[in-house]
Amino acid sequence: MEKLLLVLVVVLAVIGIAQLAKVYQLSSELGKKREEDISPTSNKVNGNLLVLFMVGLFAFFIWHLVKYNGEMLPVAASEHGVKIDRLLNFNWAIIFTVFFIVNFLLFYFARKYQYNPNRKAYYLAHNNTLELIWTVIPSIVLAVIIIWGLRTWNQITEEPGDDAIVIELYSKQFDWTARYAGEDNKLGYANFTMITGQNPLGVITNEGIDAKIEELSDEITKTRARLANEILPDSKVEELEDRIGMRGRQKARVMNFKKSDKDFDVANDDKIVKGEFHIPVNKPVNFQIRSRDVIHSAYMPHFRAQMNAVPGMNTQFTFTPTITTDSMRMVLDDPNFNYILLCNKVCGSAHFNMQMNIVVESEEDYKKWLSEQKTFVAPEEETEEVEESEPEAMATDDETN
Amino acid sequence: MSATAESHEHAHAHHHEKESFVSKYIFSQDHKMISKQFLVTAVFMGIIAMMLSIFFRLQLAWPGESFEILNFFLGDKWAPDGVLDRNMYLSLVTLHGTIMVFFVLTGGLSGTFSNLLIPLQIGARDMASGMLNMLSYWFFFVSSVIMVASLFVETGAAGGGWTIYPPLSALPQAMPSSGLGMTLWLISMAIFIASSLLGSLNYIVTILNLRTKGMKMTRLPLTIWAFFITAILGVLSFPVLFAAVLLLIMDRSMGTSFYLSDIYIGSEALDPVGGSPILYEHLFWFLGHPEVYIVLLPALGITSEIIATNARKPIFGYRAMIGSILAIGFLSFIVWGHHMFLSGMNPFLGSVFVFTTLLIAIPSAVKAFNYITTIWKGNVIFTPGMLFSIGLVSTFVTGGLTGIILADSALDITIHDTYFVVAHFHIVMGLSAIFGMFAGVYHWFPKMFGRMMNTKLGYAHFWLTIIGGYGVFFPMHFVGMAGAPRRYYQYTDYAMFDGVADLNVLITGFAIMAAAAQGIFLFNFFYSAFKGQRAVQNPWKSNTLEWTTPVEHIHGNWEGALPEVHRWPYDYSKDGWDEDFVPQTVPLRSDEEEH
Ligand code: HEM
Ligand SMILES: [Cu+2]
Ligand SMILES: [Cu+2]
Repeated sequence: MEKLLLVLVVVLAVIGIAQLAKVYQLSSELGKKREEDISPTSNKVNGNLLVLFMVGLFAFFIWHLVKYNGEMLPVAASEHGVKIDRLLNFNWAIIFTVFFIVNFLLFYFARKYQYNPNRKAYYLAHNNTLELIWTVIPSIVLAVIIIWGLRTWNQITEEPGDDAIVIELYSKQFDWTARYAGEDNKLGYANFTMITGQNPLGVITNEGIDAKIEELSDEITKTRARLANEILPDSKVEELEDRIGMRGRQKARVMNFKKSDKDFDVANDDKIVKGEFHIPVNKPVNFQIRSRDVIHSAYMPHFRAQMNAVPGMNTQFTFTPTITTDSMRMVLDDPNFNYILLCNKVCGSAHFNMQMNIVVESEEDYKKWLSEQKTFVAPEEETEEVEESEPEAMATDDETN
Repeated sequence: MSATAESHEHAHAHHHEKESFVSKYIFSQDHKMISKQFLVTAVFMGIIAMMLSIFFRLQLAWPGESFEILNFFLGDKWAPDGVLDRNMYLSLVTLHGTIMVFFVLTGGLSGTFSNLLIPLQIGARDMASGMLNMLSYWFFFVSSVIMVASLFVETGAAGGGWTIYPPLSALPQAMPSSGLGMTLWLISMAIFIASSLLGSLNYIVTILNLRTKGMKMTRLPLTIWAFFITAILGVLSFPVLFAAVLLLIMDRSMGTSFYLSDIYIGSEALDPVGGSPILYEHLFWFLGHPEVYIVLLPALGITSEIIATNARKPIFGYRAMIGSILAIGFLSFIVWGHHMFLSGMNPFLGSVFVFTTLLIAIPSAVKAFNYITTIWKGNVIFTPGMLFSIGLVSTFVTGGLTGIILADSALDITIHDTYFVVAHFHIVMGLSAIFGMFAGVYHWFPKMFGRMMNTKLGYAHFWLTIIGGYGVFFPMHFVGMAGAPRRYYQYTDYAMFDGVADLNVLITGFAIMAAAAQGIFLFNFFYSAFKGQRAVQNPWKSNTLEWTTPVEHIHGNWEGALPEVHRWPYDYSKDGWDEDFVPQTVPLRSDEEEH
């Protein structure tokens, strides 16, 4: 109802403005004043308004800074994050300065040099010294920004050392799964062809390969039988034939795993975690990021970490958390605070709610928690595939949070 | 050209013996008429895109609340009980962005002003090819119609964002609007690209070949320089988008796998392996970044002209301005990777793009300082066009500065794809470029329609728009610094964004105000086109050639011979002359230096 009123107000406002316009139009025609002749009064009013606007803009800015300071991202909770924030603050210092000075000069000059019939503008076509100054000074400032920025970037994107804990962040519409590498700190191999209801990440295990080959062979045989025994419309025949081809290619791919000399047993101690995942404080964590369907992005703002999850490739991001969840709760004086992982690349209808909590804790607590998680179990028997959940339904339930 | 001497009645005249209504108003090959067609179409597209933004802004300010108006416009399917559907939300955002960037600020801005001003300011009778020019408009029109029609598709208009990254945009299983809606989007864009190429080629050829006697490249108004480089950018980059769109169409319907690999969706492993979504990102942004300058450069060119005219002072550093347009044009081709720092691309490649991107700040800074120096010690007349130009400089500076942060890959990690980015690109495109467009309309309205727009309404429009504009987009920086991602249907599922929820209400409030203020403009525009005060030949006392043509449009632009040019266009307030302007057609005095 309230909103309806609002809409009504808008409509009325528009009508009102149109009426006002008509009156204006008539009045200016009556007076025979030329539209292009800007009267000294109008010039003066607009000049003053420009300066007033500038003051308002600056005040608006400062109001934001004061009022919303506490609502911005809190201190960085990772080693590199502190460096990013330092660089950011340096950039801010420059940007604020230039913002105030340049906007001031613009509005101030506009008002100060407003039209005066008794004066002539200063005919100044160019001035090499001035132009050189404002080419060189920005260049120097930018050089500093570039060098500092690139050094920070290089440090952040360095290949992680062997001591980094490897965790996979696996994305699909519309949730995240974390996979821990287990004792060997090596993630088991995975491939999308291996995905089943029980093996949502498509982790490859020797048993899984056999089961998958059987499943695919089964499907091919059944479909062939259907083609042979049933009378089907042409389009359906074509579809089924396509399907057989596709399953055949997938089978070939899975057979290749069998031939490869990779050690699929490294998967056996992997642990799969949903809902929330834990990381130890002050230890580097190397996130291996993957996607099953469309592009997602793993965004962990408190740690100043972000990396896209791209189907068909592995991406990674490494950071060292420095503040435990408990300490952060104290710092922020908010007992309900949680670090979170969000999706930051539009991925469909429930993109806005694709999150997972992150718990940073001491190493002992982390080890204890991890030992309570079940290890990855290879699928025994293939059953008829069940989709885990309908995307639409996923969106509404709060399973992930 | 014998028909040229014939003067034609203006827009409200109904008949003419020689020319039928159709060939004069519809399939016209006259650049002035085509320019008006582009402008009016763009105005309609702008209204639609603005309405879409208000629809989704309501949801962002008051998530999950019911609005009659949404149900009224979107129906029960997309706004049951007045609550915006979450798929529709994404469709609205996508179409809003697409229409604003391509249809309003590319087709609308270049189409209108390149067409109007290139022949008039270089002293040509028309574009090199009137036929191509007409086709360019009609392709634009058809693509506009298709794009708008896609809003009415059963499964929804394209919803993957204006960047339509695959696989989301390639798979209808991923999102219902990736079905027919996306197909229409792709078809519309393919036609749009054709339109843009036809236009751009024509602009380039015309500028190179049809300049009148004495109009050296170094005597061209900066508007023409800006349109020229813009057209070159378009010709070099739009074909790449065309290729990207084509490959996407093939992935969608012919089973190829340029962009697709290792996908499991809808309980099934798909066939494609070996493609890469990153390839699409490279192709898209190879256009996407030059595109923002395709949008911005014409606005900067228009502003250069208007500021010089209304400050009654030469544009400061004419050659530096040309140099910076060239530098920006060149650099804009080697910075596209700054949209992809976190795409999974090699981080070293990222470093290269940081470097090239930050270099663009230098020519941009030169432009900003030169505008301000032009105003310094000028004799400034605040016409509505001038106010919008000043607004452009302010927003260009404000928006450009935050670009420094986004260009820095290390900093981008925190704010990539958050509202900070939305704030940044709206301040440069949504405000600066739009202000340039408004400035151009107020300034050249008398040339287009032979009538004046109402100045007082122009003031009201300017003040409400700049207040509303900053009011909408300034707070978005802070929403972004709180970590709020873009393209989210609502933020209520996160405690960490509760603190900025009231900013979202503030933003929507300003947005409604700014949108209402455009009502003033629309009224002024259409009313003045028919009933406005009749214009004099050179209302702003300007130097450029377009003001030497008769107020009433005629084919061939000039009666009799083409004008001859003797000087650059910026001799305002030159010593030794009584008037404070010296048109380009006035010969140099024997003792006079050019500048
Ligand atoms: C009434 C004024 C406007 C308002 C209130 C507005 C608001 C918004 C908002 C809230 C978004 C969604 C951001 C997100 O969720 O990612 C958006 C997206 C966008 N807007 Fe606007 N906008 C306005 C005018 C403009 C103008 C004039 C342009 C011209 C360049 C523009 C270009 C875009 C683009 C390119 C996007 C990105 C769409 C996407 O994410 O795919 N907007 N706008
Ligand atoms: Cu997402
Ligand atoms: Cu860019």
